[in-house]
Amino acid sequence: MMISSLPPGLILVFGAFLLPLAGPFLRPVAVLLLPLLTIWQVWHMPEGSSAAFTLMTYDIVSVHVDSLGRLFALIFSLMAFGGGLFALNQKKVVELSAAFIYAGSAVGVALAGDLITLFVFWEIMALGSTIVLLSAGTPQATKAASRYFLVHMFGGALLLTGIFLYIFDTGSVAFTAMKPDTAATAFILAGVLVNAAAPPVSAWLADAYPEASFSGTVFLSAFTTKAAVYVLIRGFPGTEVLVYIGVFMIFYGIIMALLENDMRRILAYSIVNQVGFMVTGIGIGTEMALNGAAAHAFAHIIYKALLLMSAGSVLYMTGKRKCTDLGGLFQSMPLTALCGIVGALAISSFPWTSGFISKSMIAQSAADEHLALLWFTLMAASAGVFLHAGIKFPWFVFFQKDSGLRPKDPPWNMRLAMILFSAFCIGLGVWPEYLYALLPFEVNYEPYTNSHLLHALQLLLFAGLAFFLMLPMMKRTLTISLDTDWFYRRFATKIIDGLASFIGNADRGFRQRTMNSLNALLDFVWHHHGPEGSMARTWTTGNMVLLVTVFLAILLVFSFV
Amino acid sequence: MTETAKTPKSEAPSKPDVATPPPGKQHWLVRKGTIRLLWIFGLAILATLVVGDLFLVPHPYFGVDGTFGFFAWYGLVTCIAMVIVAKFLGRFLSRKDTYYDDQ
Repeated sequence: MMISSLPPGLILVFGAFLLPLAGPFLRPVAVLLLPLLTIWQVWHMPEGSSAAFTLMTYDIVSVHVDSLGRLFALIFSLMAFGGGLFALNQKKVVELSAAFIYAGSAVGVALAGDLITLFVFWEIMALGSTIVLLSAGTPQATKAASRYFLVHMFGGALLLTGIFLYIFDTGSVAFTAMKPDTAATAFILAGVLVNAAAPPVSAWLADAYPEASFSGTVFLSAFTTKAAVYVLIRGFPGTEVLVYIGVFMIFYGIIMALLENDMRRILAYSIVNQVGFMVTGIGIGTEMALNGAAAHAFAHIIYKALLLMSAGSVLYMTGKRKCTDLGGLFQSMPLTALCGIVGALAISSFPWTSGFISKSMIAQSAADEHLALLWFTLMAASAGVFLHAGIKFPWFVFFQKDSGLRPKDPPWNMRLAMILFSAFCIGLGVWPEYLYALLPFEVNYEPYTNSHLLHALQLLLFAGLAFFLMLPMMKRTLTISLDTDWFYRRFATKIIDGLASFIGNADRGFRQRTMNSLNALLDFVWHHHGPEGSMARTWTTGNMVLLVTVFLAILLVFSFV
Repeated sequence: MTETAKTPKSEAPSKPDVATPPPGKQHWLVRKGTIRLLWIFGLAILATLVVGDLFLVPHPYFGVDGTFGFFAWYGLVTCIAMVIVAKFLGRFLSRKDTYYDDQ
């Protein structure tokens, strides 16, 4: 096997182990070079399969390159570069190493040609991301990480069950498009949907991501859900149930984000919202829709990372994360505010940003397929994105009231990472043809028509008007919202506590009764055989003589009978 | 109008840089006059956008989306509805943010 045919993701995975060994001067160089090397490698890999070998009787294709896989591998490694640049002043090297293992295994998933390779990289991702979360080092992060890990082990178990059944059914480990009409494929779909933060387990995302460090959340936002989107595009295009799941995720994200006070949890809920758009597109399943889902994943990784870099900078400089504590930061952090606004416009699909040229393909595919209800729903949802993320995040963090905080913009590397990703958000929006050329299918779509521009601006700006009209109802409070994680954080613990006290009581009662009867037996024995008992008393000589006489008399009677 | 921070959770290297703004000297962007201008300017843009519909030849996908000002009122109404629904659900779902702290 040639070095050049090794999975490119391994550059990051193995490189991650070098980071702790490198000194403080070499480490930044390695952090920036490893992702660049991966990008170069991904870009230059020829299409088709390589790195194939046989394991037992199965054909393992650890690298399979086509336009879809390359697109995701490219954005994952680009994200590792941007995230690495942003995280250069993260003192905990373990977070950087874990993030690179996480990113590298995501690249591995994107280029996996068979289900076994896919599963191996999938699980390494779960491990890497858990360590990223853990390295924040707070008690909240530790607890969130253990919940996160359990959910992903559950998802992994579903996926593995599906893969085993699939191999049993078909005798093949090839990763091709499937339909969830057998137990095998249904298990695979369920396992992948866990990572996509689909209902009913969507809550893991907003539970875990906001607990990571200022830089950890930037990495976390990018890989897990989008790797799941990639697997859905390749494995389950046109699966109708995904439309319903996607639409649910879209509105779940909007509503929960509207109620939220923690700035990074607002953005976490909006990840679920955005992934919902992609999942819906995959469910529609036409070439236009799948292109839209892939393009939206690409654009989303960049603008979501940018938004979380902006929020991470605020956290890094102020140590605060709640909207109620923040506000007015635009005065002293102009660049962070500006980059946050660019990210917010991109997530809202504002014209001339990346979101505009990607998300509109999904809505267009609904129109092309005459799915009226879905199209109207997606339009409302697009307006809702501007409401819950596009305005809410920048407004409450950078404007709103004056919190009195006057933090400066963050260090140069964090500023540079934000400028780079802002440039991508705008560049992709202004010159969409470069992204369109990378998509899995040929693109016959022109986003910049007069009517599309005008209508998009109408929809978004009137959504903005709604925000300011409803501002009194949106006042931030020191609250959280219950989500499905309540079931395993509160309900399950209550059930277990209840069960424990029931069993405890029953056990105590049983032991008490046993003790009581044992004591009674002991008393009885004591009464008869104790020192004062009737059987242990010293008898007088007269009594003894009498008793012997009686026995002899009985003996006499019996001997005559 | 400074609001004091309540039990901030600091988890990153925190450098609280709290300084109250000098009294009577506000950033030009948050002055009353500027905000009034922004509202006027914003509403003018909104009106222009709706008027823009007159100059387009509508080619709707479903009929109603080709009518005058559809995207404007649809965006406004659906967003107001979403805020109200969120507020309503919040009555059942909201808890103090210390709810899970004893875990």
